[in-house]
Order: sequence, then C-alpha cells, then structure tokens
Amino acid sequence: MSKEWPLWEIFIRGQHGLSHRHVGSLHAPDAEMAIKNARDVYTRRNEGVSIWVVEANNISASSPSEKGPLYEPSESKIYRHPTFFDIPDEVGHM
Amino acid sequence: MYAQMIKSEATTDDPEKLKEFQARIDDDIKVEPRDWMPEGYRKTLIRQIGQHAHSEIVGQLPEGNWITRAPTLERKMILLAKVQDEAGHGLYLYAAAETLGVSRDDLTEQLLSGKMKYSSIFNYATLNWADIGAVGWLVDGAAIMNQVPLQRTSYGPYSRAMIRICKEESFHQRQGYDIMMKMAQGTEAQKKMAQDALNRLWYPSLMMFGPSDADSVHSTQNMAWKIKMNTNDELRQKFVDQTVPQAEYLGLTIPDENLTWNEKKGGYDYSDPDWSEFFDVLKGNGPCNVDRLEARNKAWDDGAWVRDGLMAHAEKKRAAKTAAE
Amino acid sequence: MANVDKEMLTQFLLRMGDNTLILGHRVSEWCGHAPVLEEDIALANTALDLIGQTQLWLGYAAEVMDDGKTADDIAFLRDAWDFRNLLLLELPNGDFGQTLMRQFLFDAYQSILLPRLMKSSDQAIAEIAEKASKEAAYHVERSAETVVGLGDGTEESHKRMQAALDRLWPYVGEMFASDDVDAAMAAAGVAPDPASLREEYDALIGKVLSEATLTIPDSDFAHKGGRNGKTHTEHLGHLLTQMQWLQRAYPGATW
Repeated sequence: MSKEWPLWEIFIRGQHGLSHRHVGSLHAPDAEMAIKNARDVYTRRNEGVSIWVVEANNISASSPSEKGPLYEPSESKIYRHPTFFDIPDEVGHM
Repeated sequence: MYAQMIKSEATTDDPEKLKEFQARIDDDIKVEPRDWMPEGYRKTLIRQIGQHAHSEIVGQLPEGNWITRAPTLERKMILLAKVQDEAGHGLYLYAAAETLGVSRDDLTEQLLSGKMKYSSIFNYATLNWADIGAVGWLVDGAAIMNQVPLQRTSYGPYSRAMIRICKEESFHQRQGYDIMMKMAQGTEAQKKMAQDALNRLWYPSLMMFGPSDADSVHSTQNMAWKIKMNTNDELRQKFVDQTVPQAEYLGLTIPDENLTWNEKKGGYDYSDPDWSEFFDVLKGNGPCNVDRLEARNKAWDDGAWVRDGLMAHAEKKRAAKTAAE
Repeated sequence: MANVDKEMLTQFLLRMGDNTLILGHRVSEWCGHAPVLEEDIALANTALDLIGQTQLWLGYAAEVMDDGKTADDIAFLRDAWDFRNLLLLELPNGDFGQTLMRQFLFDAYQSILLPRLMKSSDQAIAEIAEKASKEAAYHVERSAETVVGLGDGTEESHKRMQAALDRLWPYVGEMFASDDVDAAMAAAGVAPDPASLREEYDALIGKVLSEATLTIPDSDFAHKGGRNGKTHTEHLGHLLTQMQWLQRAYPGATW
C-alpha cells in the first residue's frame, strides 16, 4: 500500500478578535495543501478568517494519568490524533 | 441506521478498571482518546464510527447519481453542496476513528474489500428525481433520529463529530422535503414520481434502524457504554410517527395497509419491513451493492497515482528545504 | 447597461456563462469519485463556484435579451449550436490529471480576464466580475499547486500530466481568438480584447508549468468554434442530453 498523507490538525479563527480554535483534522501531503484543504473542508459555510495547520504528530499534549481518579491529566506525551480539543457549541459558525 | 447491527466486542480487562470506567460513563464524563478504555469499547467504536463514515462516503453515490441531471441550476447547486457535505461528514468521522489508533487508509481498504459494512439503505437505487427528495426527507430524516442523540455519546471525538454533523445536516432533510412538496404539488407526472419514490424507499428507510434489538446482548452493552443511545424499535417508532403526518401533508400514501393510529400507545402501528430482504442486502445482494463497491474501488484505484504523486512532491520539497537549511 | 449592441452583448454574456456552466457541469461529475476525500470536497467547491457564476452571467444575459426567459431556460432549453463555451471545457474529464490541467488552463485565463472585467463600463458585468474574480484567484492558486505537485511528483504522475497538457494544448488558443463581438466589447469598454491577454497568460502558465517540469508543446495550432458557435465537439451533445433531460422530458414543470 502507498504511503498515507499525514494527518493535520486544523485551527480556525472564526471572527476577527477571537482566538484560533481547533475545528478538526484532515489529510494533506504538506502544510500548503493542508491549508488549502482546510479552506475547502472547514470553511464551506464561511466560517473562517484565518487558518492554522499543525501536523498531528508535532503536537505535544498533557495526558491522563493512571492514578487516583483514573482520568486526571499529568504526564506529558504526544497526541497522535488530537481531534479532541473541545469545540464549544456557542462558537456557532465555526 | 448508518451504523447497523454493531456487535459489541468482548472485553477481558481488569474488573476494577471496568467498574471505574462504567462509573465515569454513568456520570456523563466523556472518554477522550488517551484515557484508559476497555479493549472491547475501543474495537466496537472503531467498527461503529468506521461503518458510519463508510455510509457517508458510499451515501454520496445514490444522490450523486442525479447531480448531472438536476433540473435547475439552483437544484444542482443544492444537491452538489449536500453530497459534498456527506464527503465532509465522512471525513470528520474517519478523523474520529483515527483517534482510536486506526488509519483512514486501513478503514478504506476494509470497506473496499467488503470486510467492513455500510448502511443497507445506500444499496438502493435512485431512479427518478423525486428519489432525491425522498432520500433527503426519509433517509436523512431517519439518520437524524439517530444522530441527534449520538451527540451525547460517551466518546468525545465521536460526540464532537456528531455535533458538527448535526449542525450541517439541518438543511439536508429540509431540502429533501422541499423537493417533495414541489413534486407533490406539480404535474401528474411529478406526483407519480413522488409516490413512486415513497413506495420504493419507505421500507428500506424503516430497515435503516435495524431489526428489533430489545433482547440483544450487544445492544445492551453498547447502550451501557453510551455508544448506542436508543433501541432500534424506539427510533423506528419515532420516525414513523414523525413521517406519517408529513406524507399526509404531501398527499402521498405510505405503502402500508396496516398503518393505523394506536391511541393506547400514542403512536402508529405499522408493518415490519421484509427482514429477509434486509439480510440479503447486508450479504451483498441488494440492488446496488456491486455497483457501489465497484465505484468506490475504481475511485480509489484510479486515484492512487494522484495520492502518490502529490506525496512524492511534498517529500521532494521537504528534502530540498532541509538541504537548504 | 453599456451603450453597445444588445445582440453582441448577449453573445458576450453567453460566452462567459456557458464557460462556467459547462465546466461546472464537468467538474461536478467528479463528486463522489475523486482520488481522496479532501480533493472530492475541493472539486465540489470549484463546481459550486462555477455554477453560481453561471447563474449571474446567464441571469444577466436573460435580462439583456428581455424576452421573458430565465437563466434556467437559457441553460436547459438551448441546443448545442446555441452554446458559446470554449471547446476545452466540454471535453470529457479524462483522468484526474487531465481534469486538473484543464482547470488550471481555464483558471489562469479567468484570473487574468475577471480583474479586467471589474473595470467594465457595464456596471452589472463589473459587479459579477468582482465576485467571480475572488473565486478565480483561489481556483488558480489551488489548481496551479496541484499541477505542480503532480507534474513534479512521481514518474507516473509526471507522464500523465505531460499527456494531459499535450492533449489539451490545442484547445488553449481559442481563448484568445478575437472576433467582431470582442471588438465591439472592447470598443465600448465592456471587456478587453482577449488577444490582449495572451502575453500575461503565457507568462503565468509558463511559470507554473515549468515549475511542474512540464513542456508546453511547440505548436500554436488551435481548435476553434465553441466561443463563436460555429462548431462544437461531439461531446457537448451528450453532456446536454444529461443536463437537460428533465426539463426536456417534462416541459413546463416547476422543480
């Protein structure tokens, strides 16, 4: 099988003055195409004014620990596929 | 539904951990990708989300069948935008599945080889323009029944994908019903198309919810894990109750002689679809199974040189950049 | 409306609208069949932009013709001889490489033409061009990048892109073949003479195609006849039989 295009995490500034928010992921051969793909995939309804893309395996993230309540974050590891930053509902048109 | 007959995978994990995991789900705390989760939960989710994603992608085909024949410029744009949304929804769902440690290419290969399934409904043909209305009205209507509660599913990435999908789906069912209204109020020929579409798609739509699973162990486990939110019968009943008045408004007849209002249960009694037909479709013997898989395989095979070409170029660029630094 | 012969203005608008109509239709054929999901979605966006532009161009054509017809009537109820699109755009899609090469060759043209039309003496044309030029600017950026990626990709992708360029090159010249309609538009300040766009066009595609390691065929032979309606390829009729089927089979129905 051929090599799969890398996974990118997409962050979009929905309106001037807001911060970039994680909106989802997609595949692209490189950063330039990832930005274009993000425009086509994640701004179909005019949702964005600025796009950031980060290759998924370049993201460092806190991770849940095994102790106490099983799920509290502590040790730092890398997210491979972080489609999981919370997207608040009230952001609306993102 | 878009994910039908999902068997839950057996779990052989530490009972203590399982108990804590279940307690967390019972408290409506979302499970996130790096959290500990039972192996059965992970595998079942991959199967369910994957099947859901495949359904979106294969679901492009029956409606795509009419894009080049849409009767007005506006209808063509609406239909194209809708089928494009389905590709987007497939993409979001694959991304959610990828957080569980499976690649999109792996899932795709499993679809193409027939190892993984997609919803039975997309193995039915779209034969006249009113089918495009009926697919939006009935098929999306049925899908929404399932997807709205799934926004509260226990797995974070799946839940967030469903929230985004539901937000985008809202226009799909409406555009379908809008087509049906135009057809039902149109010429005799258009009325005939509308009734024909309803006749053919009614029972396949009921099948989307899957056979009764009130007594199924898989269903019970999946509901406990909150990756299934309602029983198939509950959703099907809700769908029938919602759809019957809509059909009446259109002046169309639902092809079921036994359809009657049951005052006692506060819902309609209706005929079951032919479940032997459903199992035939799942086995690959639906009217369009072969066509659908052929089309997906062709797109994938024909596209290989494109995916490889663009990847190779990106690698050349990266190498040149590294060399320059 | 500009002070120009109505018949001539109509012809000009049909050329603009038929180009986007026919190409939009061709690109929409890819929906559900593209090499990867991200491309499927991007192609659908391109098709949507083009069909949206069609509504504007043909809508204005209908207004100028002023005989009670709508944009839909123009799109769905004319026969092949009435179409004024470039032959390039009615050719079948071929493989993904040929589709993207055609897209790039046309996007490059539009990205040069539309900004000029923003200064049209005809206000309605200037307004349509303003909207369309933003879309065309993105289209050409995307199709150029894809043409470069595939041209300078693998051996196979390079071979296919060169074949696509060889196949389509004879259809490029038609974009710049001026006639009396163009002369009338230029004289009235409605639109530039297309021949005057060639130099800029050659510079743009020359840069991109060389980055793509592709060779422009050494021939300036050009198939013509689409934009002036003298002839079309055999492919247009088949496209219309699909596109116009419902309107033709059920005349008078509303959809």
